[in-house]
Amino acid sequence: MDKKTIIKIANLAKLEIKDDKLNDIASSLEKILNLVDEMNGVNTDDVTPMSHPLNLKQELRKDEVKEANQRDLFQKDNENTDNGYYKVPKIID
Amino acid sequence: MWDPVIGLEIHVQLNTKSKIFSPASTDFGSDQNTQACAIDLGMPGVLPVLNEEAVKMAIKFGLAIGANISDNSIFARKNYFYPDLPKGYQISQYEIPIVEGGSINIIIDGQTKTINITRAHLEEDAGKSIHDLYPNETAIDLNRAGTPLIEIVSEPEMKSAAEAVQYLKNIHSLVRYLGISDGNMQEGSFRCDANISLMKKGSEVLGTRAEIKNINSFKFVENAINHEIQRQSDILDNGDNVKQETRLYDPSKDETRSMRSKEEANDYRYFPDPDLLPVSITSKLIEDIKSNMPELPSTKKDRFKAQYKLNDYDIDILTNNRELSEYFEKTIEGTDLNAKTTANWIITEVLALANKKNIGVSEYPVSYKNLKNLLSNVQSEVISSKQAKDVFERMWNNGEDAQYIIENEGMKQISDTDELNKIVDNIIKNNYKSVEEYQNGKDKLLGFFVGQVMKETKGKGNPKLINEILKVKLKK
Repeated sequence: MDKKTIIKIANLAKLEIKDDKLNDIASSLEKILNLVDEMNGVNTDDVTPMSHPLNLKQELRKDEVKEANQRDLFQKDNENTDNGYYKVPKIID
Repeated sequence: MWDPVIGLEIHVQLNTKSKIFSPASTDFGSDQNTQACAIDLGMPGVLPVLNEEAVKMAIKFGLAIGANISDNSIFARKNYFYPDLPKGYQISQYEIPIVEGGSINIIIDGQTKTINITRAHLEEDAGKSIHDLYPNETAIDLNRAGTPLIEIVSEPEMKSAAEAVQYLKNIHSLVRYLGISDGNMQEGSFRCDANISLMKKGSEVLGTRAEIKNINSFKFVENAINHEIQRQSDILDNGDNVKQETRLYDPSKDETRSMRSKEEANDYRYFPDPDLLPVSITSKLIEDIKSNMPELPSTKKDRFKAQYKLNDYDIDILTNNRELSEYFEKTIEGTDLNAKTTANWIITEVLALANKKNIGVSEYPVSYKNLKNLLSNVQSEVISSKQAKDVFERMWNNGEDAQYIIENEGMKQISDTDELNKIVDNIIKNNYKSVEEYQNGKDKLLGFFVGQVMKETKGKGNPKLINEILKVKLKK
């Protein structure tokens, strides 16, 4: 796995990776990918594909409002709030 | 030289009471962050639970466009970082969306064209970033986070801005007929992204596309697409290449510009959301929804043509809005009112005043019952249509009813034959010379006599009746 790919993945995940760690991470990720390759080799022709490990169906919720306003509680420990808003560094696009 | 190829992604907010994965309210315009609960905020340890109504609404839409409804639909995480997306991912659908396929017809220059729909999937809306509240910071309101959306993705089958707008209008009309969205574009309940590329005339190879994000009015969609077609054809004419990118339409400058920050983020690393199980949709549920479908716009258009013999223009205006079509039908129901006259009244008089105040049918100060009464008085010639327009304005502005105004203003037309006969006799007697001239072939003088009778009746004489009486009496 090349450094460029690792830096791209790290950027997408908002992770900062020091240059001297890149080799270590590359070899760890390669091990994971090798494992996936190994699994890909297993014959699954008779296995039904699944998107979830539990063989269950989603329970649905009635369309009812059951949450009260708890803004004060949620914002109590957050200094970056004002007048009920959350404040973040300016981002415009 | 170039043929535009356009596809639209339309985001429709579903009008459920609570959010798609949490029981917080979806009301628009509440105080900032008062409707963002722990689930919407992405607090640790919370679990999303899917709203039954949102699923039903998506199915309803799917059935209306003749799509397949998946009986094993799954949810996926779409990963990206943005401050108005607290979890760092949006719960959406990637593989196996709830609605696949289907189509909708549009009419362009009198020709019907079918636009195929690729898919429609359920997802949650993000919060809102407000950039102009603080000089150096962005304010975040998460009330909208978690509001249910369906994203409707069309095939790239539209060839012009006009086709795209017509398609958008038809979908807008459809979701409102179905009652699954208020379609309010100002409030962002209905917005779209447009994918545009140009293809060499006669070629089959698609060009590189640009995506224009978040356009929220029909006019802007048209302008944005036309602008983008021009921009790309200028680039291609110069022998350069169009860059694949996301662009933003700026209505104040009527131009699109590149959104640089989106370039990197376009790698969403979708994967099935482990917090949500596959959704099973039974054929019984589908049948239940099918049997409760309202009449859809295309069916209603055909019926209006057959039942009321109206022209396409009138039908289009009346049926694009479900409430307006019902207002029309209730006005005419149980009466012998002429359909075309009633349609004209609603399209010219009613809509003129409604558009001036920018109000919807439910806010009309003149109820269909009151309009029915007014128009019946016109049809039976109690008042003239000119008087009716004045009466209507008073009804609209002061909330008075038709009968009250007509009676209290002494507006009733004189349709009493005896009374009119007497007046006509008098006039003939006093204008003997003109009568002679008329009888010698000066037909134009009829207008003079009508005018005399009108003067005598202070404008209240029934003109049709006056004409008839005069013609008979002047012959003698």
